[in-house]
Amino acid sequence: MLLTEKKILELTKIANDIRESIIEMLVEAGSGHTAGSLGMADIFTLFYFHILKHDPKNPAWEERDRVVLSNGHICPVLYAAMAYAGYFPIEELKTLCKFGSRLQGHPHRAFLPYVENSSGPLGSGLSQAVGMALADRMDGKDKDRFIYCFMSDGELDEGNSWEAAMLAGKYRLRNLIAIIDRNNIQIEGYTEDVMPLEPLQSKWRAFGWNVIEVSGHDFRFLNEVIEEAQAVYERPTVIIAHTIPGKGVPEFERDYKWHGKSPSRKEAKIALDELRTLGGKIRSEHQ
Amino acid sequence: MEQIPTRRGFGLGLLAAGEKNSNVVGLCADLTESTQMHLFADKFPERFVQVGVAEQNMVTVASGMAASGKIPFCSSYAMFSPGRNWEQIRTTIAYNDRKVIIVGSHAGVSVGPDGGTHQALEDIALMRVMPNMDVVSPCDAIEAEKATLALVKTSKPAYLRLMREKTPVITTLETPFAVGKAEIYWMPDAGLAQVGIIATGGLVSRALFAAKELEAEGIKTKVMNLATIKPIDVDAVVALAKECRKIVTVEEHQIAGGMGGTVAEVLAQNYPVPMEFVGIKDKFGQSGTPDELIKHYGMDKDSIKEAVKKVLARKV
Repeated sequence: MLLTEKKILELTKIANDIRESIIEMLVEAGSGHTAGSLGMADIFTLFYFHILKHDPKNPAWEERDRVVLSNGHICPVLYAAMAYAGYFPIEELKTLCKFGSRLQGHPHRAFLPYVENSSGPLGSGLSQAVGMALADRMDGKDKDRFIYCFMSDGELDEGNSWEAAMLAGKYRLRNLIAIIDRNNIQIEGYTEDVMPLEPLQSKWRAFGWNVIEVSGHDFRFLNEVIEEAQAVYERPTVIIAHTIPGKGVPEFERDYKWHGKSPSRKEAKIALDELRTLGGKIRSEHQ
Repeated sequence: MEQIPTRRGFGLGLLAAGEKNSNVVGLCADLTESTQMHLFADKFPERFVQVGVAEQNMVTVASGMAASGKIPFCSSYAMFSPGRNWEQIRTTIAYNDRKVIIVGSHAGVSVGPDGGTHQALEDIALMRVMPNMDVVSPCDAIEAEKATLALVKTSKPAYLRLMREKTPVITTLETPFAVGKAEIYWMPDAGLAQVGIIATGGLVSRALFAAKELEAEGIKTKVMNLATIKPIDVDAVVALAKECRKIVTVEEHQIAGGMGGTVAEVLAQNYPVPMEFVGIKDKFGQSGTPDELIKHYGMDKDSIKEAVKKVLARKV
């Protein structure tokens, strides 16, 4: 779908709001995964406000596109995108990880029925997405909507991911589009030090996938690439989206230590100052 | 007496289920003939998914299919599924609440020549401790067929435990079966039973032979077929304990954590009675013929009789 300049400005603003909410909810929760959540804010904004065929007021709409978040630990960005899109009140975001909250530390369908899958342990999302794509094909619905699976790069260490990739290649699931958050970090360091993934493109091609690499922060480029993926009929597509972990807060960017850490009140203040002043470009009300 | 493996009953049951309900789908990890899923796969190839030797993927793909309205049956050997893929079953099926039926064939030592790595002796324990998971262990091929059809209609994910080896067909089409209900298959002609024998799976027939011989020796027993280990039929188990005052459990599984353990938990809380457990005593399996192995590991008719006499001799 056409992305106008005006729409890009809107998306940029929403992504910035989502980043603010991510920081606010993480500092309130006292726990959570900062780097990946911030890094994926642009992609989630694009999906929830432009790409997805969905109806936040009718979350069980049978014909909706499906979003399978495999790396459930970045749920702050999923929750924020869903809240801003209208699935539930934005105020609820501050209940992240609290006892009784619908927003569990990792997404859980029993608490938040709007998510397609409960997650946490890595490597299972793609298989579930493959199952949904296969079911749609059995029902003749594989031209009507897409199954999007969001994965991290670190979770590709799990063998289960590759079992799923092989099966998707076997069945040439054109209605399945995977998006990898290629931020090059995992808990213990840089992916290429802990468990090198490169050459990643050729691995996926060998499993029968169409592979596209893209910047995870360029709305126009991302939109074009997703349209290309949607048009490919002979095989599933994987979009390797290069993101900066912690994007939006220079103090957090490119530091693997922010993978599994939430900001302290002091760190959150620095981050929010940055986000609310658009990197020092404007004066914000809160100052 | 006719002898048919319970996995055959499942194969026929799945075929019938597929004919009745177009949402029933089958997934297998390169073992369709061994698990008898080939009957379904041949008839409904468009509803069958071959995942190859990838049991973790199998159950997780099934979870995704269940999310899209299908009723998936996944089959492999019990040692690989739920053995290898236990966490995926827990997270994507039980915790995620997606109804999938996990079919574990080749459970117990009666797998025979393939040896210990292929003989699942811990699978009942693994699956019963998982919340939101029913556990069914049919006693013969006819019951396996009924169980398969019944599990299409239940609301929870379930584990269906099957055997490789042919076992005597001890039920008929008319024998009642319902998930969650235990049935008495043997009672004394006259007088009260002195010991209640609770058996499950392929060993129920051996328990019946033991009961018959014990009757001739003057020892009266009742034999219960406990086909559903979870949810266990608490009322029936407690009633049996109240009547007989002594219980022997019989399963082709480790004594630790299996069906006997489930019964012990129920009775300890409701009506504690002396118990003896017939099962594997904390060992791995090995190669042999099913009969040799069942005898070696103390689960044959004579071992059951011994256990009954042992519990009878215990003072309360």
